[in-house]
Amino acid sequence: MSDVAERVKKIVVEHLGVEEAKVTENASFIDDLGADSLDTVELVMAFEEEFGCEIPDDAAEKILTVKDAIDFISKAA
Amino acid sequence: MFDLTGKTALVTGASGGIGGAIAKALHGAGATVAIHGTRREALDTLAAELGSRVHVLPANLSKPEEVEQLAKDAEAAMGSLDILVNNAGITKDGLILRMKDEDWDAVINVNLTAAFRLCRAAVKGMMKRRSGRIVNITSIVGVTGNPGQANYCASKAGMIGLTKSLAQEVASRNITVNAVAPGFIATAMTDELNDDQKARINASIPAGRMGTSEEIAAAVLYLASAEAAYVTGQTLHVNGGMAMI
Repeated sequence: MSDVAERVKKIVVEHLGVEEAKVTENASFIDDLGADSLDTVELVMAFEEEFGCEIPDDAAEKILTVKDAIDFISKAA
Repeated sequence: MFDLTGKTALVTGASGGIGGAIAKALHGAGATVAIHGTRREALDTLAAELGSRVHVLPANLSKPEEVEQLAKDAEAAMGSLDILVNNAGITKDGLILRMKDEDWDAVINVNLTAAFRLCRAAVKGMMKRRSGRIVNITSIVGVTGNPGQANYCASKAGMIGLTKSLAQEVASRNITVNAVAPGFIATAMTDELNDDQKARINASIPAGRMGTSEEIAAAVLYLASAEAAYVTGQTLHVNGGMAMI
């Protein structure tokens, strides 16, 4: 679980170029971390690649925060 | 101007006249090129002519898995894919009344769907690298229509819509997506016309002659260059004034 959280945060930091401290579990990709809609698609694709899982579009739409991503991946992996 | 040193490019349909000229132009500007085509011999001849910085990648664009593989092979061979030129195209002409579903499907598959698949594959890496150039070779008839070519014209009009949509999706990542629309270009295909037909065609072109493959390649080179960074979603018509749109 914590491993998933760390890997998710690492991808977010690398991809969005934000400070690690800002990537809290409740941080919203768009509102707090400055992502645009294309960034969120790229993040989902990066998660898929990192965790070897598929995130369907309807699930991806609901992944708005760091926690949403961690929860989805923990269940799917 | 138009220096592509260190850049990598994939040109589909490079065994044909226009595709070969595009590969030569990009290569001449310093790019490493992956040349795709269906006729292996023509590709090998072109590769020999180019000498270094060239990779030969034959594939059947009507097969989805071969298209995906082509994109992967190009990236693997060159380390990246900075410039994608969707030039490959086929025709299966006939009046709609007599056009078979297979003829429609074959042309749409190779001309439009393969271009979509290659765009999708190429844009992933381009987004990561925050730069890229896609040039889709469409045709004047994609805008004007042409009797006997409903399938071909639909595929070429489709490429223009694909170009505009993708251009909007990826503009913020410094990726430009444009189209080049040739008019009548002197190739092996037009060589088969008789003098009478050629004269009639030339009379319909303000410039009074057919274009050359090199004149299409020059337009592609411009759109692939750093200088064209602010040009995206456009269709550049290269047709001697035959249609002014």
